[in-house]
Amino acid sequence: MNDTLQLESSVEVGRLVLLSPSAASTRALGALVGRLLEPGEVVLLSGGLGAGKTTFTKGLVAALGSSEEVTSPTFTLLRTYASTPVVAHVDCWRLEDLNEVVDLALEEVLDEGGIVVVEWGEAAAPLLGAEALVVTISDPGELCGSARRVELCDPSGRFRERLAALAPRLARVGR
Amino acid sequence: MLAIESSCDETAAAVVADGRHVRSSVVSSQVDLHARFGGVVPEIAGRAHLERLLPVVDEALASAGLSRADGPSLAAVAATSGPGLIGSLLVGVSAAKALALAWNVPYVAVNHLEGHLFASLLEAPDLEHPAIVLLVSGGHTLLVRLDAPGRYALLGGTVDDAAGEAFDKVARYLGLGYPGGPAIEAAARQGDPTAVAFPRPMLDEGFSCSFSGLKTAVVTTVRARPELSTEDVAASFQAAVIDVLVHKALAAARAVGARSICLAGGVGANGPLRARLEEAAAAAGLSSYLPSRAMCTDNAAMIAACAFARLERSGASPLDSGAEPSLAFPAA
Repeated sequence: MNDTLQLESSVEVGRLVLLSPSAASTRALGALVGRLLEPGEVVLLSGGLGAGKTTFTKGLVAALGSSEEVTSPTFTLLRTYASTPVVAHVDCWRLEDLNEVVDLALEEVLDEGGIVVVEWGEAAAPLLGAEALVVTISDPGELCGSARRVELCDPSGRFRERLAALAPRLARVGR
Repeated sequence: MLAIESSCDETAAAVVADGRHVRSSVVSSQVDLHARFGGVVPEIAGRAHLERLLPVVDEALASAGLSRADGPSLAAVAATSGPGLIGSLLVGVSAAKALALAWNVPYVAVNHLEGHLFASLLEAPDLEHPAIVLLVSGGHTLLVRLDAPGRYALLGGTVDDAAGEAFDKVARYLGLGYPGGPAIEAAARQGDPTAVAFPRPMLDEGFSCSFSGLKTAVVTTVRARPELSTEDVAASFQAAVIDVLVHKALAAARAVGARSICLAGGVGANGPLRARLEEAAAAAGLSSYLPSRAMCTDNAAMIAACAFARLERSGASPLDSGAEPSLAFPAA
């Protein structure tokens, strides 16, 4: 097993499925996604405990030029990184109610040109999901070791060209 | 000095004289409210703080033989301004500022993490310096070199999850409830700590630590070996966390030539961690300070002690200063 990201499915409209063989490649994928984001955009991350959501975010924040240590935002709910654009890293693990997500004032971050990355993003989907890039990482144990299946889903079509441009840059399974 | 602490679970108020003598320390835990959610729910936390704050303040004043009429004779009113949950912090900060303004006394904003370092000053004033403080809680895992009260340097911290967060997440995953620390500790008593050889992450990599991979290892192991008892998994997980924390604290003590080791933060109430740290410190010829449970967990007495030092050193905080949820460990 190496650290090369592999494209698992053929490119469908609005959906890319990748195989990430290691934590390092999950981080690298976070960096690739980070570089294709525009100010004011949202990434919703879903996946169980230990799937690699924070690992993905570490790559994303570093790719946008911040050398700050990205740690789990579970306790403080929201951490902001001084990258360009600014990344607000949110964790909804403890949130039960959409009103609690509203209280985090993420709309303000987006209005000011920041990027919002939400772990356990399902809770925030009704509020922020309409034009979000939805990243679903398979749970540990579904594949062997630290390998994960990662699905990039673009329900609104906002990311269509960018995802299509990303696909040829990835190795393909079975070649 | 009257101090208010409301950064997370606890609404607390305390009256401390001269930065050392605790006249009263009242803690109204919100743990019951949070138990059914498997974690702190911020909206509940903010509202509950609001409901409990004034009764807790009145109780702290009364236990110290004071009433609100004595407010103007206080040295200052202090509050935790961060890090913590924004809604919760604002309740304490706003109340402290309003009382300070009404009583015409200084207001002092205190960094919660710095506050934990003052717990030893209240309970163990003879602590030998330099000391290594292992500060472990739901939101933080830090190793600090303490040269004197108010003089310290951050040596390292977690690169991902805090130790207490790992306890909370693993406890919820294993269906053991909240708060995760006591739940894991209780289950672990019935389990075999050698049942699973969980990884000891970053054991020899400086003073940073990582608990995210360990959490993942628990999930992977439980899936791969469903026959394992929850108690054995809890005991093995707890043993791995304790191994890492004790190893790091001792390594830090050796590196800086410390004479003692202190424990701080809510995870410091964990019985096996206390026993192992005390044993390891003694074996290394170091004295150890294990705070009482009340002083490990969030309380306002340590905030008052810290505020006293802060007021002497750098004066009052401006009344327009706010709450800072992401406040970092202070450079000092």
